[in-house]
Amino acid sequence: MPTPYDAMWEKLNLDLDAHAGLLSVLGKFYGDIYLTQQGRLKGMEYLDFVLSEVHGLRIQELQEAKAQGKKVIGTFCVFVPEELVLAADGIQVGLCAGAEAGKGEAEKILPRNTCALIKSFVGFKLSRLCPYIESSDLIVGETTCDGKKKAYEIFSDYAPVYVMEIPQMKNACDRDLWKAELLRFKEKIEEITGNAITAPKLREAIRKVNDRRRVLQRLNRLRANVPTPISGRDVLLINQISFYDDPDRFTAKIGELCDELESRIKAGEGIVPKQTPRLMLSGCPMAVPNWKLPYVIESSGAVIVGEESCIGTRNIRDLVSERAETLEEMLDAIADRYLRIDCACFTPNTERLDHISEMAKELNVDGVIHFALSFCQPYTMEAFKVEKILKEAGVPMLSIETDYSMEDVEQLKTRVEAFVEMVRK
Amino acid sequence: MRGSETVAGIDIGSRSIELVVLLDQKIVHQAKVPTTFDPLGQCKKLMENAKPSRMVATGYGRKLFADSSGEVQVETITEIQAYALGARHLFPEAQTILDIGGQDTKVILLTPAGRVAKFEMNDRCAAGTGKFLEFMATALQIPLESFGEFALASDRRIQINSMCTVFAESEATSLMARGEGPENIAMGLHLAIVQRTMAMLRRIGMESPLLFAGGVAHNPCIRMLLEELLGEPLIVPENPDMVGALGAALYGTRSR
Ligand code: SF4
Ligand code: SF4
Repeated sequence: MPTPYDAMWEKLNLDLDAHAGLLSVLGKFYGDIYLTQQGRLKGMEYLDFVLSEVHGLRIQELQEAKAQGKKVIGTFCVFVPEELVLAADGIQVGLCAGAEAGKGEAEKILPRNTCALIKSFVGFKLSRLCPYIESSDLIVGETTCDGKKKAYEIFSDYAPVYVMEIPQMKNACDRDLWKAELLRFKEKIEEITGNAITAPKLREAIRKVNDRRRVLQRLNRLRANVPTPISGRDVLLINQISFYDDPDRFTAKIGELCDELESRIKAGEGIVPKQTPRLMLSGCPMAVPNWKLPYVIESSGAVIVGEESCIGTRNIRDLVSERAETLEEMLDAIADRYLRIDCACFTPNTERLDHISEMAKELNVDGVIHFALSFCQPYTMEAFKVEKILKEAGVPMLSIETDYSMEDVEQLKTRVEAFVEMVRK
Repeated sequence: MRGSETVAGIDIGSRSIELVVLLDQKIVHQAKVPTTFDPLGQCKKLMENAKPSRMVATGYGRKLFADSSGEVQVETITEIQAYALGARHLFPEAQTILDIGGQDTKVILLTPAGRVAKFEMNDRCAAGTGKFLEFMATALQIPLESFGEFALASDRRIQINSMCTVFAESEATSLMARGEGPENIAMGLHLAIVQRTMAMLRRIGMESPLLFAGGVAHNPCIRMLLEELLGEPLIVPENPDMVGALGAALYGTRSR
């Protein structure tokens, strides 16, 4: 079916047929998983709209911005400091890498036992499926895991790639390395955009990104209520969309949604009954449209009340200090904030364990589901430590390893349902 | 609980379907049929003369069955819970349950009160399940029912290194070509399953005694090897493949 965006997609050199296929699968998937929910918030209409236009209107906005000389920076990891990109009048978008389309192409140049996320971004590029990748003037990679590190080398044959080195420990010398990497990134962004990053610009950018984090923190506080006022699926979607949408618009819209949530909570209304088992998800990032596990969980009689994930609290827990005045101080504040991220690529990484048990306690969860993409070493290995610490805290955990395929859905259902039966009081 | 009502439990697995009917907690009827390519039709056959007032389904096909059953309302529970309930009812002393079924292997650790404390399931491939045995029996041209007996006639233990159904088959074939006795190869294949099962039991932190349920519990060689490696006796129910259906039926006798 022709759409108003065909010409734009063609100009971006997408494979139109394959892309149409992807959109129809995505639409069906979204319909099944999201639109069938009962008693959804009105504010979700905005997110439904953004998602339905994810390859349309938003890409058009990016193209219009590009026509005015703005640059688009694509990223795969929450370590890439959006503050610097915004301060140089650039636009940062998270590239999703949450679908299996393109897997066949990716496996031509990557080993089969590579995590689904890496295969997905490589596959999207090779199959010309993703208008965000095609719109990016620069794609920023990072050295968070060996798989990604090596994949960016391969990827750079197909797209303009820049790689940031992320330290793997958090000692003083690592902090120095990280600060130096920030400065190197700053220069690169200034060069690409042609704009100098000044103190006033950076202050404004810090505020903007903090505001988005603050509204997501507010959302997380509200959803923690009993009965749970919003489904975990919806919150995941909100977190996913926070990586693409215009930050100001997003913050305003989620603010409205939070107002709606507040009145729901006052009225004592929930999306599920009070006694519904409360679960928390923990682990690997869940990029759009990786909704499989959340859907399985929430159709097994439980509700997700928190995500300890990069598409979740790991990305919004800490703010950049707004007290800094000089450019130098601001860069330090950024360096400090980002180095607090507790990605499994760090060693040791005890902060993550502390955060998980704190979250489990604060949210009063009945259990934790640990999610790792198959072949992801950092997270599959940490799962053992997470289980141990949760056991000490008296919180049961179920460890799931899966990818984006649908082959194991029945098996996942049995595991998750059995876990829900087990934790139900 | 209401008195004198019949309650049925049905366990729809990938290979077979079992039915247990209870009256006042006593088994009044039980039956088993192969799943075939028409599980719902097979369920209908099983249910022909049973008119239970309550019905609980478990196993891989539980949802399918629940959605398609007309008159009686069907509740569903997972195999994990069904096995826990069934096993505890038969043997209140059981602490850990091992269920090797047609398509997957499960281990369940119980709390002292008999609730599920923890469970593990094998991943999606068939390694270490009944499917693996079935496949290998076919490869060696031995009927599945006597495969265990056959392996017990071995005179030495060989190690089969691959647990992948495909690779294990080629390993078995090349052993055969080298003149290894088929009984010994069969023993090696059984050992491979038991070793893998032991790893799962260790991972979950198994506590004794262990109850062995599921269709593969009929296999004397697997039972023997398990007891040998555990260094202690197993509990094997008289009808090990009925434990899930029994558990489902017991679930139905709970007061709502
Ligand atoms: S898990 Fe680690 S590498 Fe992946 S997005 Fe998060 S911080 Fe980055
Ligand atoms: S999921 Fe794991 S393996 Fe995959 S990119 Fe992230 S850290 Fe690396």
